[in-house]
Amino acid sequence: MTLLEARDLTVSYDHRIAVADLTLTLKPREITAIIGPNGAGKSTLLRTLNGQLRPSSGAILLDGEPLQRLSRRTISRRIAVVAQEAELRFPVTVLEFVLGGRFAWATNTGWGWETERDVKVADAVLRETELSALSGRLMNELSGGERQRALMARALATEAPILLLDEPTANLDLSHQATLLTVVRNRCEHGDAGALVVTHDINLAAQFANNIVLMKQGRAVQAGTPKAVLQPQILQDVFEVRVIVDVHPVTGGPRVTPIHERNP
Amino acid sequence: MIDSATGIAGRTAPANRLTLRKTLISCVVLAGALLLTIILTALIGSESLPARASLCALASFGTNACGLTQDQFDILFQLRLPRILLAAAVGGSLATAGAAYQALLRNPLAEPYLLGVSNGAAVGTMIALVFFGANQWTRPMLAFTGALIATLAVYRLARGRAGATPERLILAGVIVTTFLSSVIVFVTTLMDATRIRSFTFWLLGDLSGTSKTLLPVAISIAVAGALALTLHARSLNLLMLGERDAFDLGVEVGRVRVVVFVVASLLVGSSVAASGSVGYVGLVVPHLARLSLGSDNRISIPAAALGGALFVIVADTLARTIIAPRELPVGAITALIGAPLFIYLLKRA
Repeated sequence: MTLLEARDLTVSYDHRIAVADLTLTLKPREITAIIGPNGAGKSTLLRTLNGQLRPSSGAILLDGEPLQRLSRRTISRRIAVVAQEAELRFPVTVLEFVLGGRFAWATNTGWGWETERDVKVADAVLRETELSALSGRLMNELSGGERQRALMARALATEAPILLLDEPTANLDLSHQATLLTVVRNRCEHGDAGALVVTHDINLAAQFANNIVLMKQGRAVQAGTPKAVLQPQILQDVFEVRVIVDVHPVTGGPRVTPIHERNP
Repeated sequence: MIDSATGIAGRTAPANRLTLRKTLISCVVLAGALLLTIILTALIGSESLPARASLCALASFGTNACGLTQDQFDILFQLRLPRILLAAAVGGSLATAGAAYQALLRNPLAEPYLLGVSNGAAVGTMIALVFFGANQWTRPMLAFTGALIATLAVYRLARGRAGATPERLILAGVIVTTFLSSVIVFVTTLMDATRIRSFTFWLLGDLSGTSKTLLPVAISIAVAGALALTLHARSLNLLMLGERDAFDLGVEVGRVRVVVFVVASLLVGSSVAASGSVGYVGLVVPHLARLSLGSDNRISIPAAALGGALFVIVADTLARTIIAPRELPVGAITALIGAPLFIYLLKRA
């Protein structure tokens, strides 16, 4: 079974090709990390998979159905996104913010009210992301890391089986990075979900992802298991920096260390 | 069901979540206050009316004079009541439009007057007056068209590469406002001198020339518009936090934007056609509504509609009584209250 599939996807805007001939599949219980230098088209790929950008050619299939035939709400029940930070010019509590994730399930999207189940789901994801104690606080009073977790909580509240995460750990300290990725891992293993994670942290990708797609200039130059993709020569070619790849002493997976050579 | 839902929220999450019951209570209280204000302000004016007889006549909906003289009866039912009802329609319309613009544009400073939308409607109304003076219906129609064009112009101008920041939006509003002001000056010169004074008054927002034909139109549009926007409250709640996020969560962003632009332009158009540009109502009232009841649009939009009606009735009562028998334009009073608040909000933004 495949949750999400992209076939020969090409996306271009402003006469520039951002994603070229990219093919990938996301299966349940799988985390795929997308890595690559800045401007490789990683975020563009996520926005296209979610229907925000229209591909110039190729197809996106959601549960086997073409994405463009599905309504916005149907897609939002299947795909949850964590992207850049929300704009918080109005005071909103953490609970209200997270309940926003239930919108796609509402029977009345106009002047309807959250059901008991909506509130239960919100409470559960607040616990999962360790935000229960902050649920009555205003979003703009939170720290960057807490806000990032609230974004994650809202995405989880959608109960979508497909998670598209753009730099989900960017603002988080080491322990919260681990918590967050464990939450994603649990969703995938016990909730039959699949996650596509764009990240700059190659070692985090090596530890948490089943597959890694390495992108450069819109193309997937390598795809496969962390061991297969994270080879010194491949990384050197893509990132244009010398790296050492050795074995992580605990996980046994690959560990990447860039070497910053000083000019003599 | 509502009770058990709040029970859950109260047990596991201390947050004050908005519920249907809370919303209905707030709306009923505000509606009661509005009704009371309508009745009380009908008794206040340069001509004093006997309170008991007036209340009796009002309670009978004008079917019984209750001992009022014909003059007193006419003052109450032909002058004051229509004017108060128009004030309510204008205030409700402008505050609802303001609340919706603020949520959609993610900008607490958005307001029909400051965005230039009111001026767009004013230009439309003036064109109707100058070129189609005989036909009353062209006024609200051209006012609506003017408001819609001004809205789209500001929206396009404000949208930079990085999206519309609050400052950029206000700047775009200033540009459109000043441009339209010069159009207004230009059209004014086409008028004969006797009409210019009443015109200047009208431009500042004036409810003294309440038109019998337009009053039912203004009231219907105010009620229908407030309902239509309230029925998009949940989408607006998500749009308030960013268009991309709202899209991701299932909001049909494009459709909601069109609805808000069209309905808000109708609201502004009909109120400007009836009373000129009453400024700052759309800023002051939604802000007070959010401050006291929270940011959730399911409550802040209907509360702004009712509160706006109340606010303009009170402002207009002040306008027609503080220097009675002479009158001030109501827009002068609302701006007197609104401008300082705007400065305060701008400093905080």
